[in-house]
Amino acid sequence: MNSTQPFALLSNGTSLPWADVPEWGAADFVAATADELNRGGRLCAWFGVAEGDATRLVAAVAFDGDNTLAVGRSEPFTKSYPSLTLRHAQAHLFEREVWEQHGLVPEGHPWLKPVRRQDGGHPAAGNFFQVEGGEVHEVSVGPVHAGIIEPGHFRFQCNGEEVLHLEIALGYQHRGVEEALAGGPHRATMSQMETVAGDTTIGHATAYAMTLEALAGAEAPLRAQWLRAMALELERLANHTGDLGALANDVAFLPSSSACGKLRGDFLNLTALICGNRFGRGFVRPGGCRQDLENERMAELLGKLRVALKEVDEAANWMWDANSVRVRFEMTGVVSSEQAAELGLVGVAARASGLVRDVRYDHPAGWHRFAQTPVAVWPDGDVFARARVRWLEIQRSGKFLEEQLATPPTGDIRGDAVQPASNALAVTLVEGWRGEVCHVALTDDIGKFRRYKIIDPSFHNWSGLALAMRGHAISDFPICNKSFNLSYCGFDL
Amino acid sequence: MFAHETILHRLRYGCQTMAYPGGPPPPLPDRHGGALRVDGAKCAEGCNACVPVCPTQAITREPGKPVVLDLGKCIFCAACVEACPTKAITQTGDHRMAVRSREDLVLGKPGEEELRLAVALEQKLKKLFGRSLRLRQVSAGGCNACEADVNVLGTIGWDLGRFGIQFVASPRHADGLLITGAISCNMELALKKTYDAVASPKIVIAVGACAIAGGPFVGHPQVLNGASSVVPVDLFVPGCPPHPLTILDGLLRLLGRMEKP
Repeated sequence: MNSTQPFALLSNGTSLPWADVPEWGAADFVAATADELNRGGRLCAWFGVAEGDATRLVAAVAFDGDNTLAVGRSEPFTKSYPSLTLRHAQAHLFEREVWEQHGLVPEGHPWLKPVRRQDGGHPAAGNFFQVEGGEVHEVSVGPVHAGIIEPGHFRFQCNGEEVLHLEIALGYQHRGVEEALAGGPHRATMSQMETVAGDTTIGHATAYAMTLEALAGAEAPLRAQWLRAMALELERLANHTGDLGALANDVAFLPSSSACGKLRGDFLNLTALICGNRFGRGFVRPGGCRQDLENERMAELLGKLRVALKEVDEAANWMWDANSVRVRFEMTGVVSSEQAAELGLVGVAARASGLVRDVRYDHPAGWHRFAQTPVAVWPDGDVFARARVRWLEIQRSGKFLEEQLATPPTGDIRGDAVQPASNALAVTLVEGWRGEVCHVALTDDIGKFRRYKIIDPSFHNWSGLALAMRGHAISDFPICNKSFNLSYCGFDL
Repeated sequence: MFAHETILHRLRYGCQTMAYPGGPPPPLPDRHGGALRVDGAKCAEGCNACVPVCPTQAITREPGKPVVLDLGKCIFCAACVEACPTKAITQTGDHRMAVRSREDLVLGKPGEEELRLAVALEQKLKKLFGRSLRLRQVSAGGCNACEADVNVLGTIGWDLGRFGIQFVASPRHADGLLITGAISCNMELALKKTYDAVASPKIVIAVGACAIAGGPFVGHPQVLNGASSVVPVDLFVPGCPPHPLTILDGLLRLLGRMEKP
């Protein structure tokens, strides 16, 4: 097939037979993918599927404006292929990952090195980009950090206080989530999905449940879809509130910091009110949800939600009023919208750089087909913008929840057991609180997972943090880092 | 103006730190199951219903013997509670779960229906750390939920500082480690180095199912199935993640600061 043929189209949370995914030779496949990206696509997934000793490449592309996803694949091949990164920088980490997992060399890739060090040896081993010069010095931080934070290694190239370049080495949280999924679902699979990134339990669990449902050609009962949407927004509220508090803390603005720290817990307790667990463990299951929100419980939830929203409103507004906060947030850690688009940023980080991308709006699935929230965007790309987008989303998620909790759909919360079809490919996107959670599953002849790919929003966004630091003082790293607040475990898998 | 508003806010809300442990603990949600209890005597002959539903293989049953549940491996999904036809496995609703030794989490034998709560450190260590404990936190191959709920203890509602417990920015400043995660192979060296850098005598606290036995990732070749594989552990706090109240209870129990059992 030639490169002018388009990818196969599908919508979010659906599947198609593996045989219907168009196929190209390796070089033509790269060209075809580049064509799709040239005409406005965004790379959601790029991964290998082992086929004997060879590997196929698979790409999933999102056309946000058309509410459509597109998939394509290469023929099985070995050794190398012309790098897509040279044409589209957003592929850079995907190509490194494929090289690490399957040994396929993207020829011409500008910075080919492991993503997680899966071959033994810790992630900080190996080469880092180095700046040379008499006044230049290197700062090395991590993996163990000076707080209660996940492990990661940061290598700064500095000229005095100014950061010229930051390289981030991750993989310390690598615990083999994807590898363990082969031949699944296994009995631990659901729990592993809930712990891909613990703060995104609902996001990843929903993506997994929807993926299985898509493979089975089934749909969870409407009330279960509604419950998942409620839990997803509660997860967003808790994390965004916590992030605002953490940002306030990093500029020593303690009133908002202490108030938001407590309020984050109040939102987590609302999730626990629904299912017993503050992070939503055990709530979402393929085919439905495990606990219902009875009327009395719903009234309690709504009452507590309103109190918490009012308190967040106060605490956040102190921050916006304080010049001492604004002067630290504004013009710090700037990522332009061109850079954000080129890197393929998603979620809060993308929207804070003026990019209108939100899965809930662009690729509505589940309950979001019936109820939507306006996309929150801010143009400046700085720490202030990322804080401000969170604040807008807190308000809008709050409003969404208040409206939706007033008009619940009735019915069952558990559907029939889902049985994935054989030799099918499903793609699911969920707008987690950080951004796009992408799950792609391919089944084998008996409907078991032949390949299951998970892309946490952090996979796209860590490069954004590195770029945001360029030209800024190294002392601004903490607030830049908090303004992204990316997941290590979601990246490391 | 925020200065005015924040002062008014403080006056309106007053002290927001909970009375616990002097007063009652904060209420847990009704669906929070708490610790599990296993009445092995209730196990029906030949019944194996709970064994295959456990995601972390925490339950075993040898023929002719009652069921054995390892709360160290348990992620508290309660699938076994739902599956059990004779109510041999039940939720107690009890937030107290921390133990001093790994075996104290194994339930099922007669007299061992429930976990055996932690006793305080021996006199010498209690004297050293009882009123001032500085911990270095090492996160190593988990999901960041345990970290999040340890962080919660630092918020105004919990105010861990009032017990003299503090998280510090260097192992050289620490009296011990608080470890989360299944211990990924990629973190083994960093954990060892951090442990070695803490001056003796030192203590180690493993928080969460991962740090006790690998949690949902148990058996993966990329992890070492818990902190005990690398360092000696003095306190195990089960949960996925443990509720902040469970973690606080464990810390206070270890320091001999719980007045009631």
